[in-house]
Amino acid sequence: MKSRTIKVDYLARVEGEGALSVKIKGQQVTDVKLRIFEPPRFFEAFLRGRKFNEAPDITARICGICPIAYQMSACHAIEDACGVKITGPIRDLRRLIYCGEWIESHALHIYLLHAPDFLGYEDAIRMAKDHPVEVKRGLRLKKAGNEIVRLLGGREIHPINVRVGGFYKVPDKKEFSPLGEELKWARDAALETVHWVATFAFPEFDRDYEFVALRHPDEYPFNEGRIVSNKEMDIAVREYDQNFVEDHVSHSNALQSRIKERNSYFVGPQARYNLNFDKLSPMAQEAARSAGLGPVCRNPFQSIIVRSVEMLYACDEALRIIDQYEMPNTPAVSVEPRVSTGYGCTEAPRGICYHRYRLDDRGIILDAKIVPPTSQNLKTIEGDLWQFVQAHLVIQKDKLQWQCEQAVRNYDPCISCATHFLKLHIEAE
Amino acid sequence: MTPGQPSIVVIGVGNEYRSDDGAGIAVARQLRMLFPIGVTILEESGEGGTLIEAWKGATWVMLVDAVRSGATPGTIRRLDARVAPVPIGFFHYSTHAFSVAEAVELARSLDQLPAHLILYGIEGENFSAGVELSSAVEQAVDAVVERAAVEVRAAILPKADS
Repeated sequence: MKSRTIKVDYLARVEGEGALSVKIKGQQVTDVKLRIFEPPRFFEAFLRGRKFNEAPDITARICGICPIAYQMSACHAIEDACGVKITGPIRDLRRLIYCGEWIESHALHIYLLHAPDFLGYEDAIRMAKDHPVEVKRGLRLKKAGNEIVRLLGGREIHPINVRVGGFYKVPDKKEFSPLGEELKWARDAALETVHWVATFAFPEFDRDYEFVALRHPDEYPFNEGRIVSNKEMDIAVREYDQNFVEDHVSHSNALQSRIKERNSYFVGPQARYNLNFDKLSPMAQEAARSAGLGPVCRNPFQSIIVRSVEMLYACDEALRIIDQYEMPNTPAVSVEPRVSTGYGCTEAPRGICYHRYRLDDRGIILDAKIVPPTSQNLKTIEGDLWQFVQAHLVIQKDKLQWQCEQAVRNYDPCISCATHFLKLHIEAE
Repeated sequence: MTPGQPSIVVIGVGNEYRSDDGAGIAVARQLRMLFPIGVTILEESGEGGTLIEAWKGATWVMLVDAVRSGATPGTIRRLDARVAPVPIGFFHYSTHAFSVAEAVELARSLDQLPAHLILYGIEGENFSAGVELSSAVEQAVDAVVERAAVEVRAAILPKADS
């Protein structure tokens, strides 16, 4: 029987490094493995014995793309352990800095990593020669997000101004003026982005996914909410470990998450959108509709549209927060340690990022658990590839390989988070 | 150039929690001690879009990053980005697929390269999680600091004379 292998030893345009291999025997896909080489969990070990208030700055180093997600999940988990809840302008500023991270992360992925797949370019460098206007728009959008993070975070890579209880310092209202002007441009540009990506051609694809995201009664989720799914999951963040389990699989150094009672699940923009469409701003909802999306979008290849809608929402929400902002009397509330375990889960650009910390009476971290979004999507990505390759065995191998890589990029996998590095490959024998 | 924008920029790229991937960061920190003023010294993760922003408006830019090309650990490579394209994958071990080489080439495509762009690569040995540089890389870091300092001084001096 004729057998063949698609192996990608280096999958380009995902964050970090990993490898993908798909085996086909005759007319049957026999194996799909997303391989991750790096030993994970370094940071969890590194956190043990550290002070509770060091967690945000240490975990921010896990990823250069989404440091805010780690800082926010760490802050919420530590505050949960210490019995503190943040409200008012400090809470709003946390949403605002998260808007910045979504804008920069989504702009990077849409314009520089994913769009070349749809337009038939090997990479953004080649795409830029034919589409300089779009690439420049993407870079400027990304910069607008960076500017939010820089203003609130102190700097955009590994921000230093976020702390347990709030911020070290907060801006006064007038410091937001130049940012507000740029964000108005960014909101228009994000709307153009939605229209632009809606013109791409999308392969037909659907599976019986379980989408998992936060849901909050009043807002599109960033920092708070219950963990819900389209299969009737509705749990508090502190019930995460009872509902999700991480398996060590032999082909990968990253742990793979699954729902205990069922199996793989899907986190990230598309899960958030499908579970929270009603909480998007009217402008974002309208843009989604004009791009041909309903309140539920199940085709992962259309995630680029959903990501664009979320980028528009983040611009809109950032402008709303800036407009109503009043400087708080104090940049942070006091947080005193106690013997306790705290749980935090926030919506990183790529999906829920879960942290758990156990503290002693002096606030020393005895134990930490961190589950990045990408490790939660790994099983789902493998599942997509099984089905996608099986359905497209007749197409030419190089095209199939291209589409496999595109299918992986639907999830914007941040392999540097999942393993703190990954390398993805497709090769043929 | 608008006032307040840096004209001489040195960017150390890498992840100090990735052992030898921290080489560029280590160089940047040493240079900062040598040049407390007159040079903007940045530490970046290597994400390409941010790099393009970091050098925007600057006329003289130097970037230092770890490399994994298969050469002997500690090998130093110096590239002039204005003279030849940067091989994609050369600065392979930066955390991100859209990284140093891609940022340089994208900037070239968009006609946004600085007038002077020098890249130093230090061949790493160990990129696993950790905070120590291997000894060959540590020596290379010192050597790059010395060579870079000469170049930075030469870039500053004409300005000081004027």
